[in-house]
Formats: sequence, structure tokens, C-alpha cells
Amino acid sequence: MAPAAEPPVLALERVSIRFGAVTALQEVDLTVTSGERLVLVGPSGCGKSTLLAAIGGFLAPSAGRVLLDGQPVRRPGPDRMMVFQEFDQLLPWKTVSQNIAYPLRLAGVARAEARDRAEELIRQVGLAGFSTAYPHTLSGGMKMRVAIARALAARPRLLLMDEPFAALDALTRRRMQQELLRLWQEHGFTLVFVTHSIEEAVLLGSRILVLSPHPGRIQAVLDVPEAPTARLGLEGELNRLLLPETADV
Amino acid sequence: MFDGTRPLPAVQGPSVTLAWRPLLRRAGVLLVLALAWELYGRWIANDLIFPTFLDTIAAFWRLTVSGELPARAASSLEVLAMGYAAGLALAAVLVLFAVASTFGSELLSTLTAMFNPLPAIALLPLALLWFGLGAPSLVFVITHSVLWAVALNAHSGVRAIPPTLRRVGENLGLRGWQLALRILAPAALPAVIAGLKIGWAFAWRTLIAAELVFGTNSRSGGLGWLIFERRNNLQIDEVFAGLLAVIAIGLVVEGVLFRTLERRTVDRWGLQR
Repeated sequence: MAPAAEPPVLALERVSIRFGAVTALQEVDLTVTSGERLVLVGPSGCGKSTLLAAIGGFLAPSAGRVLLDGQPVRRPGPDRMMVFQEFDQLLPWKTVSQNIAYPLRLAGVARAEARDRAEELIRQVGLAGFSTAYPHTLSGGMKMRVAIARALAARPRLLLMDEPFAALDALTRRRMQQELLRLWQEHGFTLVFVTHSIEEAVLLGSRILVLSPHPGRIQAVLDVPEAPTARLGLEGELNRLLLPETADV
Repeated sequence: MFDGTRPLPAVQGPSVTLAWRPLLRRAGVLLVLALAWELYGRWIANDLIFPTFLDTIAAFWRLTVSGELPARAASSLEVLAMGYAAGLALAAVLVLFAVASTFGSELLSTLTAMFNPLPAIALLPLALLWFGLGAPSLVFVITHSVLWAVALNAHSGVRAIPPTLRRVGENLGLRGWQLALRILAPAALPAVIAGLKIGWAFAWRTLIAAELVFGTNSRSGGLGWLIFERRNNLQIDEVFAGLLAVIAIGLVVEGVLFRTLERRTVDRWGLQR
């Protein structure tokens, strides 16, 4: 008897998304298994953010199905927490602690327990001492940490991140990438991460999905090797895929 | 040069007087104005045209002690509260309707474009015909003066909410009423408070103007009616005392009530400036 394959957390079946006459995504098939870190990479206009929005339930596919644990996705929900690129994704009228506890409070968790779990997450994202700060007093990187902590507080089936570090300075971005990997080791969440940076894709992904534009479709799916030298080779391959005219330089 | 051996001068903490400085400045301006008033009054030397500041204060004190001024102010504020509350309730319904549907949005835009420029006091003759001489007519014109200013501001506030914030609410599983109350309402609060302030100013001046035409009933009226009565009796110092009360109430509501509301909400959240 063959061992039963683990059922995928997420499955996309021939998903197409059209905006009027423009086809943003064409017949995308995709499965994501538990604990995986899938990175969507591609040039502007390849539909990677559109794909993420469809997984998040913010956008209904024109054709095909998006299945979460086998159930069709109909609308956004806290089982798929999205971390946006924008800094204004925190609720300005709630403190750091209240922002992180909010998904728990909405899920009916008692105030004291929600606060305790928020405090634990605040410590894990390195913001100890900022519990009672309001978002407008935080730097961009700190706001992003709070947004990640809030997403993790909901214990989602999927963590969706839409170019979360693109608006950060280079040093902060590097640090946030390392911390995201560390948090993944602690929490073991399943991640779908959108970026246009090849370097970031290779650093963060366990699998990389390359999308090509006009219309957006899957160009390649690549597993990320553990060995650093092999990773350099992967970066080269991605460069050839995404920037064919400069690959020989 | 700093040699590292001498202790640095102690850093001065924010002193208490610093917090009072704006208040002191305001008091200084008021003092100068009062002085100018007093001098001008003495120079004119005609109580029937321009009573002095001290005469006005004396009249103000007399009317306060006799209990007439507080009673008149209370009468005005009671009518105002009714009209203000009715205006806010109607504005809330219209804005919720506008947020929920494109037809509601169009309806609100059209109605505000029609009625916002129309001075509420212009409706008074019609209100008198419909509701007669009395509080209902006043409440009607005050409601009208508050409604459009508040609805217009709240609606544009909701439309200015960053789309990311709305998506965050949806991501947390909020929809419909829950999304409106938990995300959209607090996010639009700066614009809503601005609307409340404008609505208050409109309501207050509309009320005083309407009261100049008639009191709420034959026995007692509000501050506007007091001003009108005393002018007919040529008690000009008491006319001035009435005006002073109108101004003072306006200052207190603006400077204390709304300022406190702003400090506790939009200022603390960094949504303003």
C-alpha cells in the first residue's frame, strides 16, 4: 500500500483572473503543503500580488478554484492572515499589544489570555517594552514586526506576505528576513511570500514559483537547495529566467 | 571643550509652567481686549449705545446671581441638545446608508450639495408654519444646520480611509456592520470630529438667531430671546451680558469639550498632524 500523501493546505485549480479584457492570471495550478515556504517571484505585472489576493479571498477567480484544506475560499478570513507592504496596516487607535491581541479577541479569546499571548509574541518579535505604544510612534520596521506578530497571533493556516519588506531600508530588510526565518523555525507556519527580489526569494523560500507576465502564468517551479553554493547556482538560474537579456553579463 | 570630568548640567525636565503657557497667552489677549473695551466705553460715555466692560460684567453678575442668565442658558442648551442629537442621528443613518450602497452615496452627495449651502435660519418661516411658535420649530432648524455639515464630513472621512485598513478588517473576518463600527468609524474619527465642531458652531448660531425671532414659550426663552427683550427695554448692559454668555458658552464647548475629545482620541492615535 502506498503511503498516503499529506493533503495540501492550499490548492489552486486552473485559476484564471481577468480584469475586463486584461488577463492577469491564466490557468494557474498550485499546491502548498504544511510548513512550506513558497515564494512567488516575477517582474511587475506578472500577477503575483493578484494571485496572493485570490488566495487571501480578497479577489474571486474568474475561473478555477482556490481550495484551503479542500474547502473553496469565498472571502477573506483570519485563517489566511495577510501582511501588507503598507505601514498603515496597524489600527492606529489600538496599542501594539491591543493590535496583536485583536484577532484573538475577535475569535472569542478572553481578554487576559489574549493579552498574555500578545505579550509573548511582542517578546518574540523583539518589541519588549513597546506594548503600550501607539503605532504612530513606531518606525517602519517596528510596525512591520507588529503586523507579523498580529498575523501569527491568529494562528493562521497560511501566512500571506505581499512584498512586506520592500519599503524598508536595506539593513532593516536584512534583519527582518533573518527574523522571519527564525519565527518560522519557532512557529512552523506555512508561508506564501511575494517578492520581486531574487535574492530575497532564494533566502526565504523553500520553493520558488516564477511567474511570467502578460498574461501571468507559471514559468517555473524550483526547489531551494540547502547548500550555499547550490543556492548561488539557483540565483543564477533565476536571473536567467527573469532577466534573459542580461544573463551573460 | 568637554573634558568628560565635569558633570553635565542637569537636564531641565518639562516644567509645569510650560503647559500653562498657551493658556497664559490666551488670558493676556483677553485682558488686552477687555482693557480696550473699557477705555472705548468710557470714551463714548453712553450706556445706551456701548456700555463699558465693567458695566457689562456687573450686569452679567447681576443676571447670574438672580438666576435668570443660567436659566436662559439652560433653556437654549436644552433645545440645542435636542436638535444636535437629532441631527447626529440622521447624519449617522445617512452616512451608513451611503457607505453601504452606491445609491446611498449618491443620495447623500446630492442632498448635501442641495442643503449644506442653505442657511438653516432660512427655513424658520416654514418651520413656524409647520410646528408653530415654540421649541419644535427651533429643534427643526438646528437639526437642519447640524445634519449636513456632520454628514458631509463623516462621509468624506470614510472615503479617505486607506484601502489597506479596510482590507485588514476584512482579513480579520469583519464584514458589514462589524466592519463599519470596528474599523471604518474609528478610522474616520478625525473627519467626524471636524464635522461635529462645525455642526456645533452652526447649531449654536442658528439657535441664537432663531431665538431673536421668538422665545421657546411665553414665560421664558433662551439667550437669544433675552438679548432681544433687553434691547427692547433699552437695557443695553444686559444685552452685552447676554452676548458675553453666548460667546463664553461657545468658547467652553470648543476649548474644553472638543479639545478633550481630540486629545483623548485622534491626537493620541497620531491621526491628526
